[in-house]
Amino acid sequence: MSSPEIKNLHIELSQYLTRLKVGVGFVLVLGLILVSRLIYLQLIKHDHYQSLAESNRIALLPAIPNRGLIVDRNGRILADNFSAYTLEITVSKAGDLDALLDQISTLIEITPKNLRRFKRLLDESHEFETVPLKSKLTDEEVAILAANRYRLPGVEVKARLFRNYPAGEGLSHVVGYIGRINDADLKKLKEEGRVTNYKGSTHIGKVGIEQTYENLLHGRTGFDQMETDSSGRAVRVLSHVSPVAGNDLMLHLDMELQRVAEHAFGDYRGGLVAIDPNTGGVLAMVSKPGFDPNLFVDGIDPATWKELNESLDKPMVNRPLRGIYPPGSTIKPFMALAALELGLRRPQDAIADPGFYSLPNSRHRYRDWKAGGHGIVDLHKSVVQSCDTYYYRLAVDMGIDRMQGFLSKFGFGAKSGLDMQGESSGLLPSREWKQKRWNKPWYLGETVIAGIGQGYHLTTPMQLAAATATLANGGTFYRPHLVKSMKDGATRQETVISPEVAWKNDFHPEYLKRVRDAMVDVLKPGGTAVGAGAGAQYTIAGKTGTAQVVGIRQGQKYDERRVAERHRDHALFVAFAPAESPRIALAVLVENGGHGGSTAAPIARAVFDYYLLGKRPAGIPVSEEHESAGD
Amino acid sequence: MNQPVISRLARQLTRHLDGLLLALLIALLVLSTAVVFSASGQSGVRLGGHLTNIALAVVVLVVVANIPPHILAKAGPPLYAVGIVLLIGVALFGEIRNGARRWLPLGVVSIQPSEIMKIALPLMLAWFFHQREATLKLRDFGIAALIVAIPFLLVLRQPDLGTSLLIAASGFYVLFFAGLSWRIIAGLGVLGAVSLPLAWGLMHDYQRQRVMTLLDPSADPLGAGYHIIQSMIAIGSGGMFGKGWLSGTQNQLDFIPERTTDFIFAVYSEEFGLLGNIVLMLLYLAVVARGLKIAEHAPSMFARLMAGTISLNFFTYVFVNMGMVSGILPVVGVPLPFMSYGGTALVTLMIGFGMLMSLSTHRKLLKT
Repeated sequence: MSSPEIKNLHIELSQYLTRLKVGVGFVLVLGLILVSRLIYLQLIKHDHYQSLAESNRIALLPAIPNRGLIVDRNGRILADNFSAYTLEITVSKAGDLDALLDQISTLIEITPKNLRRFKRLLDESHEFETVPLKSKLTDEEVAILAANRYRLPGVEVKARLFRNYPAGEGLSHVVGYIGRINDADLKKLKEEGRVTNYKGSTHIGKVGIEQTYENLLHGRTGFDQMETDSSGRAVRVLSHVSPVAGNDLMLHLDMELQRVAEHAFGDYRGGLVAIDPNTGGVLAMVSKPGFDPNLFVDGIDPATWKELNESLDKPMVNRPLRGIYPPGSTIKPFMALAALELGLRRPQDAIADPGFYSLPNSRHRYRDWKAGGHGIVDLHKSVVQSCDTYYYRLAVDMGIDRMQGFLSKFGFGAKSGLDMQGESSGLLPSREWKQKRWNKPWYLGETVIAGIGQGYHLTTPMQLAAATATLANGGTFYRPHLVKSMKDGATRQETVISPEVAWKNDFHPEYLKRVRDAMVDVLKPGGTAVGAGAGAQYTIAGKTGTAQVVGIRQGQKYDERRVAERHRDHALFVAFAPAESPRIALAVLVENGGHGGSTAAPIARAVFDYYLLGKRPAGIPVSEEHESAGD
Repeated sequence: MNQPVISRLARQLTRHLDGLLLALLIALLVLSTAVVFSASGQSGVRLGGHLTNIALAVVVLVVVANIPPHILAKAGPPLYAVGIVLLIGVALFGEIRNGARRWLPLGVVSIQPSEIMKIALPLMLAWFFHQREATLKLRDFGIAALIVAIPFLLVLRQPDLGTSLLIAASGFYVLFFAGLSWRIIAGLGVLGAVSLPLAWGLMHDYQRQRVMTLLDPSADPLGAGYHIIQSMIAIGSGGMFGKGWLSGTQNQLDFIPERTTDFIFAVYSEEFGLLGNIVLMLLYLAVVARGLKIAEHAPSMFARLMAGTISLNFFTYVFVNMGMVSGILPVVGVPLPFMSYGGTALVTLMIGFGMLMSLSTHRKLLKT
């Protein structure tokens, strides 16, 4: 071998050693890249990945609390829960929804009503939410769906708690109902910072007690903190916070009394509020007609909703709370007391009633309801016979502002403060109000008709009942209250809500007695409600009233028979009993009922008879006793 | 009587082992056993399998270490030829698994001939350059390039981009150590960069998907990106000191895919943290350092080329696996050397390291 090869060998070797060094450098660069990457992941982004690993691992499963029960004063259930299976669909997982619905309807019966309701709920919910298609599945339906589950993507059968309202229509406006949480509810919950407590909850109180007492009824949502593996299977429970059931609410309301009152209305529409004058507790609160609250729990179908909403009978209007009517002659006892208290009349002061009243220098006649008048009328007779002329003149002597001041002592023109949302405040007019509202001066003629509860004055049955209760107890305005006591969901401790005195009026006992005596005679021979008082084993103090629906022109006579049914006057009656130590005070309003004495007063009598004597009118079946369990 | 025989045999067998290298490999295997046990959900069966694989692999190591380098060199051409024949066989009769034709059914067992190429190609090239020592011409590099290109293209069209690139890399390392001129290396680099868009056009959909996933794993978190996101979460959540052995939640709750094999690094990182990773990296670097040291003192062209290539190749696998698990390289099916569960990969590795030991201990015996 020659020297060039040796030389080559040397060159190759030194070149190789250089390459080895390059190789070392290459390895170190790659190693550095890896180490930097690991430092980035494990030190710099550690917190980020740590929390990702935790959320991977930990699933929070909300445990929904049982909603509190609502019972009446005797423990009869007005709202409770039951569990049932529902068929629910997650639209985002369903693929072709129409094909899926077709497929389901070949398996179990899906009514057009189910479908309509489903479509409506679908519009209101998000894609990833589950929407119920059919609830209260039978065991057979559950079995069929379970067997076919593999070919029904996005379909789930879930056990859910449902709300049930055994009282149905009768208490729809008092108890209200719950419904699915919608965007507006969600927004409100977020604003109030309560949204975490509703993780897992699907329903929320929408109206009535269910809405007003939502916070107490809902309870506290519990959580299971689960460790889950990659397929979502729970491996173990890390921590468990039990849900706390909502408070059970007991109402002042007497379910049976309510049923008696409803029955007494017959086919009439209207409202009734009965209050315990010594506590303000609401004993009955009727709004006729009502609706079945059970329809709303699961989402109502659009057709039924439309029907309810557009019905001329307005079943969705809570009349005791939101129906506003002129008080009519039921204002007279309050006016009579005002006359005495303000020193404008003495009991024996009398007028000669020609059957009308005219303002000085005016030929306009404000007519009495009785043509020809009542003759000589003092305070007592003015109440018993409901003499208009007496009060026309009294009103003028009193002036609208003093009238407004005095009547507001009974809560007229303001919300009664009932523990229910949505109350209307009615309207008690004054000079100042008219200037503000209409930018017009007050006319004396308006004062005249205000004296008999007509004109601007508007009141709700709730206000009227609260005012009557105040009159009955001698001047104390108790805030009307529906809930009597509540039982804590966790401790089962009962908290009684004590009566709340809003204010106390200091009325002269003698004057009160005068007014009361006159009211008692209203139900006696010669009084406007003599029929309703006949044969009572206790004394009733009451006052009839009529509120005009259509204005009657001067010189025209109102003929009940000729006026269309819906244009007939509303009949009113306020009363309390027993008159000497009242235990119940009420206001009845019968829409288009004509005279208070003939339609409204008998309803009051039926309520009194049941409440005071336990007398059940013929025709009302005795309801099944379902006492609340677990007491 | 027997005693001297046995001890002589033992001495004979251990004569050709490199003590330091062996100690490093054993350290890695001990670590590996602990991690496989944890990653398999503390499965005794997996543990047993792993220990069996290790025992088998150590036997292979000892056997290969005892084969003199000149014999190893002579094995190059036939092994390469067999590998090529098998790859052609795969192309013609191969089984299709996961959409790629990679496996060749041979009676009861199926083999993946591309695995053989990982050793056969460097061996063939080293033998080839050894023949031409001191008379190397540019033409020889052309022939060598052809030797690399044939298996590369055969594996590429299986298709198996990852393995074909690793095979090409091992071929390239031999050429590099043989003295391939820097100009050509630079030229190859430019060519590679230019052909990238072209390669993108030729890629299969799943390959493009993997590249896209690398660029943005969160684009498809439940699909292609899932594996890489979960393994990055495992690594990142491990932090400085790790969650402790058997305590990695990503591991124990089955969030890490392929956690005993290709993604075992994620398990290790989660449970042992950055500190553990640095220890592991130092072990790997020590192995490479030892390999390159052997290469430095290798007495022949064949030994130099093989020792250098085996060392760089080894680290390439480490880099590719850790890179993919930590989200800086696309997902290719490469196990982490000496850590992942799996007999074939371990035996292939041990053949390489057996050769390395053979090269280092037969130094004085080899004549050029």
